[in-house]
This record gives sequence, C-alpha cells and structure tokens, in this order.
Amino acid sequence: MTNTIDDLETAGAILVIGSNTTEAHPIIGLRIKKAVMRNDCRLIVAEPKHIRLCYYADRWLQHKPGTDVALLNGLMNVIIEEDLYDHEFVAERTEGFEELAELVKEYTPEKVSGITGVAADDIREAARTFAAADNAAICYAMGITQHTTGTDNVVSVANLSMLTGNVGRPGTGVNPLRGQNNVQGACDVGALPNVYTGYQSVTDPDIRKKFEEAWGVALPGKPGLTATEMMDAAAKGDIKAMYIVGENPMLSDPNLKHAGEALEKLDFLVVQDIFLTETAELADVILPSASFAEKEGTFTNTDRRVQRVRKAVESPGEAKPDAWIVSEISKRMGYEMPSLEPAEVMDEIAQVTPQYGGISHARLDEGVTIHWPCPDSESPGTPILHTKYFTRGKGWFCPVPYVEPAERPDEEYPLVLTTGRVLWQYHTGTMTRKSEGINELDPHGKVWISPADAERYGVENGVTAVVSTRRGDIEIEAMVTPRIQEGVIFVPFHYAESPANVLTNNVVDPVSKVPEYKVSAAKVKPA
Amino acid sequence: MDQIKVEIDGSEFTAPAGSTILEIARANGVYIPTLCYDPRLTPYGACRLCLVEVEGARALLPSCYARAEDGMKIQTTNEKLERIRKTLVELLVSDHPMECMGCEKSGRCELQELAQRYDITESGYAGEKHEYIEFSENPFVTRDYNKCIMCGRCIRICREVQGVGVYDFVNRGFEAVPGTPFERPMQETPCEFCGQCISTCPTGAIKARPYEGDGRVAARDILRNACAYFHMSEEEMTKALGLEEWKVRTTCAYCGCGCQLDLHVIDNRIVEVTSPLMEGAGQGNLCVKGRFGYDFVGSRERLTRPLIRKGKKFVETDWDTALDLVAKKLGGTKKKSGADSIAVLASARITNEENYLIQKFARAGIGTNNVDHCARL
Repeated sequence: MTNTIDDLETAGAILVIGSNTTEAHPIIGLRIKKAVMRNDCRLIVAEPKHIRLCYYADRWLQHKPGTDVALLNGLMNVIIEEDLYDHEFVAERTEGFEELAELVKEYTPEKVSGITGVAADDIREAARTFAAADNAAICYAMGITQHTTGTDNVVSVANLSMLTGNVGRPGTGVNPLRGQNNVQGACDVGALPNVYTGYQSVTDPDIRKKFEEAWGVALPGKPGLTATEMMDAAAKGDIKAMYIVGENPMLSDPNLKHAGEALEKLDFLVVQDIFLTETAELADVILPSASFAEKEGTFTNTDRRVQRVRKAVESPGEAKPDAWIVSEISKRMGYEMPSLEPAEVMDEIAQVTPQYGGISHARLDEGVTIHWPCPDSESPGTPILHTKYFTRGKGWFCPVPYVEPAERPDEEYPLVLTTGRVLWQYHTGTMTRKSEGINELDPHGKVWISPADAERYGVENGVTAVVSTRRGDIEIEAMVTPRIQEGVIFVPFHYAESPANVLTNNVVDPVSKVPEYKVSAAKVKPA
Repeated sequence: MDQIKVEIDGSEFTAPAGSTILEIARANGVYIPTLCYDPRLTPYGACRLCLVEVEGARALLPSCYARAEDGMKIQTTNEKLERIRKTLVELLVSDHPMECMGCEKSGRCELQELAQRYDITESGYAGEKHEYIEFSENPFVTRDYNKCIMCGRCIRICREVQGVGVYDFVNRGFEAVPGTPFERPMQETPCEFCGQCISTCPTGAIKARPYEGDGRVAARDILRNACAYFHMSEEEMTKALGLEEWKVRTTCAYCGCGCQLDLHVIDNRIVEVTSPLMEGAGQGNLCVKGRFGYDFVGSRERLTRPLIRKGKKFVETDWDTALDLVAKKLGGTKKKSGADSIAVLASARITNEENYLIQKFARAGIGTNNVDHCARL
C-alpha cells in the first residue's frame, strides 16, 4: 500500500476494485465501513459479484470479470471529458498526460458499458464521486492482479490515482491489499527470482558485488524462474529437484493436473511444512517445521509495517524453526551460514537492505511502529509513500488499451469461472481446515451460480453440481444466488475435496507471471 | 488542532479541542469508572457510572459524552459521586448471579472490579432475578443473559464496528435483553463470528465458547489476587514466580492486515486469543480466523518428525538422516545438472528472517536465483 490502513478512515471517497475486502481482509473491511458509517466517506465498489461492501457503497459497478481496464479507462474518460482531473498534480508531478487522454478518449461510457455490462450513467456518476473527493483512495487485491492483463490493470489503477491527484496524502493512494500475513515481507527480503532484498536487481553487477561481499561467495547473475515458470520447467524436465517451504502448490497452483505432473516428474522433492499438505504427499522427504507461535521473528503486513512475531509455545515433537532447518541443509551442502538468532538475522537484513536499514528487533520491542522505508535507526519510517516525488521522479501515465482475457466463454464452455476466498477459510486451508469450529460453520466449498443459469443448466440449490473447464472437472455443492451475475460462476479455492484450481487456466500475465485465476471458460451440469 | 486546558481534580491538563472529559481523564491516568464505554464505540451514556461534577453545570455530566471546554473545572470523585456510583453498582448486582467463583470472566469482569471497589458482596436490593438458560448453539459464542447488565456494548459494536447488527434489544422493561432476530441461533443470522461482542462484553454474559473451562479461571484468579496483594503487575508476577508467559504479543498469521494478537498460554497451549485495544491494524478487533482459528497450532495432525518416502509410504526418521539425504540429493542434482536445475519455494507465511535465509541459501548455498514464493497465487 502507498498509504496506511489507519488513514483509509480519512478518505473522502474509496474505490474498492477486485477485492472482497470484508472476507479476505476483514479488518481493513472494518476501516472502510467505519469511513463510510462515521466519516461520510463515499464508497464505490467495482466487483462482478455482490460482496458485503456493496451494502455500504454509494454505487456498485458490477462489471464482467476481466474488463477492469475498460472500466478504469471509462472512469478516466469521464474525468477528463468533464474536466474533473487535478490539473496542478498532473502538471507538476506527472508526464504522459496527452497520450493517456488520447487513449481514454475512445472509452466513452457508452462503449465501456458495452464491454463491462455497467450502465453508462453509473460509470459517469462513479467517476464524478471519485474525482470530487478531496482525498480518494483505491484499494485492490487479486481481483485486479490475477489476470493475463494484471499488470495493465494495476497501471490503470495508478493512472486513475494520479489523474485525480490522489497520491502522497493521508486518505489517498494506490493500495494493494496483500493476501497473506507475510507476502509483503517475503518479497521485501528477496524471496523473488529477479531481486535480492529490497528489490535490488540480481542483474546489476554493482549490487551483485555487494551481496557477494556480504555473503562471501560468487553469485549467479541470471534471473531465476518464478513459481509458475518453475512448474513448467519441472514438467519439461529442466527443473529436477525442488525444495518447497510452507507452500502448497498442489492446491494453490493453476491447473493442478499440470502442477501434479510437474512435481511427480521431479527426481527429488523436499517439502517443509507444519502439516502433511497435498504437496507434501508427493515429497521424497518431509521436514516438520515450527508454526508462527513457536518462534521469534517479524512479519511485514500489507501497509509495510514490520511487526514482531514472538514465541508463545514449544513446537510439538521434533519440529524445528525453518531458519534452523535451512541453515543445517546449507551447512551440509558446504555453505555454512553463521548461526544467528532471529534478531541478528534482522540486523544482517538491515545491513544489505536500504528500506530496512533502521529496523531491528530491539526497536520493534520498544513498541515503535515502523512502516518501511526506514533507512536508519533515527528514521521513524515512512507511512505514506510518494509524498513529494515518485521513485522515478515524475509519475508516468502509461496508456493501456483493453485486452480480452485469454479464455472467453464459447458454445462448449459458456460460463466465466472466477475464483477467490471466503471469510472462513485461508488460502489452501492448511491452517483453517484444522479448526473444528470454523469447519462446523463452513464445512465445504460451494459454487455460486445465478438463478437464471441454474435453471438453464438444471442445477439446484444445495445439490452437488459438476463444474468443468478444459483443464478438468470438480464436484461441488451449488449455491444458487442472485449475488452473482448471469453468465458467471464463482468457486472458492480453499477446499481440497473440491479444488477450484483443477479448473483454472495456467496462462500468466507476461510481466508479472501471475496466473489468470479470475477468468476461465467453464460449464456446469447436475452431478 | 486547537488545544484546550481543563482542570481535573485540581490538576491542569491540556488536550485537543473536541475531546470528551473521559478521554482527557483516561489519557492522563485519572480513573473514572465506566461500564458502557469502549473506545472503539461512540459514547452511549447508559451506565451513568462516569458521571462527574463540573463547576457551574446544572447537573452531573456523563464524562463519556460531555465534551470538555476550555477552562472547565471537573471533579471526578467526591462523596456524592461515589455514593451514586455505589448505588448504581448495587442495583446492577441485585440482578446478577453472585457466582464469580465459577465464572469464566472472573478476574477480568468490569462489574466484579467495581463491586470490589465499592465493597459490595451482596446487593441490598432484593428483588426479582432473571433465570435464563445459556445459549451455546454455535461453536464460538455463548450467551448467558443472567449476567447481562444491558450496557448495549455488544449491540453497538456489532452495528458500529462490524456493521452487521446481529443483536438488538428485544422485549421490554425487565424482560429486555440484547437478542438475535426472532431468537434465531446465531449461525442463522448474518453473524460473521468475529467475536467483537465477546471482546467488548464487560461481564461474563458473552463468552468465547472454545476457550471455556481449561482450568484457566482458577489460574487467572490466583494470579490476579497475588498481583493485587503484592502490588505487582501481571508481567512482574509471572516472571517472579517463574511461570510461563501469561500472554505473548505477536502478529496474526492469517491475512496481510497484520493485526496484533495476545496469545494466552497455559501449559504450552494457546487457550485464548485477544487483540490489544486501540493498537495496530485491528484496534482490538479481530476476524473469525484471528480470534478462533488457532487450534491448528496444537493440532494432533502436526508433523512432529522428519519423514522419508519408502515406496508409497513415509517412514519416520531422525533429523541427521533426513538432512543428510536432502543435502546429498540437492548436491548431487547440482553436480549432475547444474544449480539452475534446482528450484526453491520460500513462503509468504514464514518470517522475514527465515525467508531471508532461504533465499540466501538458494543464491549463495545452491547458486541459483530460482527462488520465489506464492505472492502471485
């Protein structure tokens, strides 16, 4: 997030697009509700299905899955046409406005209405509401990123934010809501194939040299493979061994048949986890690790706040912290990492990572709230980014034309399948599905289907249906509900017995390599 | 922001204009009793315990509601105020089961604390008493209306903070309780089981069902009493006694909100999860996963020993054997097919420190940049 969770409360308008906030980020959902209920914030929700936030919204734009760029361009069309944009901000802090204006000109509300299914007047009114607010924030999540046009979607969100001058102040900003407790931190500390910690490129010789000196060994300069590319390479036989820590690709990867074949083909697979996951079942060696409650460390949340994780209980049996396990493997492979306490590892991170330069366990234990970047021990951190200038100096409007999703409905597969989360469960359910009470309230997954589609395909509420795509099919209970639009079905991906990712398409965004979980062509029939 | 000066019990305090008297008092460590107040909620003014005397005011003012004005002279305690407060508590106690010994909330109960403060062991007001049955028809929330003091905090937090509105007062007069629509079980209402009502209930009327029993009550009572006797904080006392940590502040392991949690631990078990009030992303609020989703930590299905595949089965082994095998296999693959034939997946669920070491291992130990995690999935 460019801004903080706290300052969402001060926004005059919030656009939530591609985020079922109250279910996937319930506590951020509370802040948005508070902004609306107590502070007269005007909420616009752009989302293909009816989510709880729609009850709080001024306007709900029910666009078709995969038409986000068209919708955002439509909003910008109105804002430029009606001269509602922030002239001062555009002139002083951005470049490329002319090109953007030229492109969005053709995205008239009427044309966009044809693509998205949202009424032209709703697009106009939403644009006016957003542009009229003194401070307006945009929140998005995987509904924006999990498309073959995910990068385009994010760029469009940024364009809208800059066009209306909503950057660098409280209650504004481009706010991606990160889905997992430490997904932000994992990226920050270099668990990415193209960058070291703090997003320092592996291809930059100076940076590589810095890390070679810090780690005392020569380092490879070729960027590695992303998670999705690893699976493709394993399927082809190019990746021969994998070490998987605390991840469950056998439920979370797109097109699970493909993922399964890829992992089966490996010569050697080691999985390190707290439970025998679907992925661990394919392993040659399984290493038992400590849960978050059994070790010291830090997580970095979605607003870049680095927070302590503390040991509360002992691990069961011989389970060990991941840090110990990886250090032992490394030692046995001939690269001995110094044996460090978690606090000392953070000191090492601080030494090689400009954004974490001033972060230490000692400081966090004093109760200081730190949002990175925090370059030195005097720095209070940076709750709001881009207050005076962007990372590249001026903000660049990159005009983005609308492109259709990779797979469109056709005669054989007439429906659009979109996937996501529900409140009760978390990701592949490794943790929540072990919770008795939660599973009493939410025992299994359900496919959402509109009443019209249910009638058309003979599917009944509460009865098992078969959902199929070109990748495979699953059996799952049908939930007939007007909360989903005609022509679209929704399947949550948490449930091993009805795994949504058997169905999803393993095509990816060309830049970000994020798979298109949100749009697949599908069909349903009674079981 | 404009600042105002007020005098509370003879001391002068500065505060932002618009603050309530209670907010200024609390910020400066001046005690004013309350029962219907929660900083997460808008003031309600129902319990009247926070009444204060303001010089020149026509009547006593509820400090939770009354905005302080520049130059105000406020008395938070005097004989008249304390008499009123004691009477109010006595009236509440008159229809409250005096069975604190068996009550889960004992030691954390706001009514019990006030009864102690005003030395009330039984109410002088004999009268009719409620005899409700306990509602525990769902896995998470137990409601015992016999202990309800009608402060409305559950109703308000569900409506104002959660925006759901499962509860409202039903019935009239003596029979009124914060009930669900048509007395339906909670899972048949739009309840999201966030447990915010549990977090705000001042008495044992609304409780977290999974955390009932556990012998915690006794432990907590003993500790509380010992703390009071020796004038020590809970933390000092647990340390002095060499007990396990009473509660451990940590960060939630579910979504990216990063709510702060207090894990309450007894005998190496997480027996309750709460969130510190007005701190972090949650401000004391949690969701169903954060409040109730932590039984996995102590699950019997946890992996406890390294496992090695033998044909279709896994057999248990010791760490040395497992680690040697992993190092040998990864090392062998590297030698035979090059470092780039190995791939490493770190995790969005483990700590920064661990992720750092894992990517360092991939790059420096194995010699490949093939390291990623499920940020995209």
